[in-house]
Amino acid sequence: MSTTNEQPETDTDGVRRIYDPVADTPLRYRRDPPEAHPSLDYPPYKSTQLRHPKEPLVYLPHTVTEITGPQLDRTLALKETDHDLTVQAQGEPIGERIIVSGHVYDTEGKPLRDTLVEIWQANAAGRYDHRWDRWAAPLDPNFHGAGRCLTDSEGRYEFTTIKPGPYPWGNHYNAWRPAHIHFSLLGRAFTQRLVTQMYFPGDPFFPYDPIFNSVRDEKARGRMISTFNIHQTRPNWAQAFNWDIYLRGPASTPFEEAF
Amino acid sequence: MIFEVTPSQTVGPYFAIGVPFPGGNLIVPDGTPGQIRITGSIYDGHNEPIPDHVIEFWQPDGDGRFADIYGYGEQSTLPGFRGFGRYGIEDGDGSYEIVTVKPGRVPGPNNGPLQAPHIDVTLMARGMLHRVVTRIYFADEAQANAEDPVLAGVPASRRDTLIASATPDGYRFDIHLQGHGETVFFDI
Ligand SMILES: [Fe+2]
Repeated sequence: MSTTNEQPETDTDGVRRIYDPVADTPLRYRRDPPEAHPSLDYPPYKSTQLRHPKEPLVYLPHTVTEITGPQLDRTLALKETDHDLTVQAQGEPIGERIIVSGHVYDTEGKPLRDTLVEIWQANAAGRYDHRWDRWAAPLDPNFHGAGRCLTDSEGRYEFTTIKPGPYPWGNHYNAWRPAHIHFSLLGRAFTQRLVTQMYFPGDPFFPYDPIFNSVRDEKARGRMISTFNIHQTRPNWAQAFNWDIYLRGPASTPFEEAF
Repeated sequence: MIFEVTPSQTVGPYFAIGVPFPGGNLIVPDGTPGQIRITGSIYDGHNEPIPDHVIEFWQPDGDGRFADIYGYGEQSTLPGFRGFGRYGIEDGDGSYEIVTVKPGRVPGPNNGPLQAPHIDVTLMARGMLHRVVTRIYFADEAQANAEDPVLAGVPASRRDTLIASATPDGYRFDIHLQGHGETVFFDI
């Protein structure tokens, strides 16, 4: 079995193009540093109160169960329209048409190919096509708001969709969520599983949202914000936002994992 | 150069429009010889069932072989074996149900001594800013459980929170997020 110390062959730009199932299957992953993710206990977000463990977490050494993960393309029978949320109904949804794209990397900058990216979001008015969403904003019969795709051989994903609107919620008086798209990533290994939200640059609601601010480090919050990219807009068609996602990578030395 | 990870955010209340998929709780095709049903409920800090949650499972087949995305290790030959399960509900009674086979034993840390049969579990819900991770072990594997290197790291008084009890057609595994009988969650 390989170790992570082997030097992978690299392409001219120093990025390994294709994940080799042996050479690129780390035996252990880097532990996320503290502050990388929100605390499960975060009182400003009220629903966390009864839904966070109080006992300390128990250290789980990484074994074969944690370093492997599923391939779901056949299970999900992905279709071409799954990554274009604007063509899933009879007519065209209302709102600003946008292309959201980027790469899924690990923390060493290696792209993850064939990995599942799933998104769900509100419509242009900030309303979810979900019976629990009772906000008095219009539903759009031509927008459901869910998409899926696999990354390509270079780890790239792309969705065409409608820019979601911000929406109010019941956490506190006059609480609003900044506009966001929910993302779900399976990565290559159970250890890499990530569910997060992508935000849009310059959102005026950022300072007031406890979910966004549950990530205490400003730089880390910045990693959830997409960037506008004029070069990827489609003239007379769609705006474009880029967002790269980083999942944890291999533990670089045996000392990082003391077990 | 080492990049920093993208932070986690809650799955929120509206995941049901995009996350669950038909047959998501079938880790093996229904009708697979030797199949078992694992059921359970998820409880919050007031011991109330959580009606909106996404729970995911990852495991090898009965021979300890995975169905890995990039084909790492010996691959499962069990027909239709997915190894992955996802159960997501938006207005349930807090319960979940999966159809699977009992996992085989796989090597422990650093390819060391075999672990007891186990299933890795991810749980997410509104009000949870990050997933929690736990493991399902099996009550009728007392000998293997006693040798398991991961269980050995769990305080003895809390180990039983990781052990699924036998039912007529499989096992029951409840999860208590907080408070009395709080399930052991792992730092992964
Ligand atoms: Fe949302």
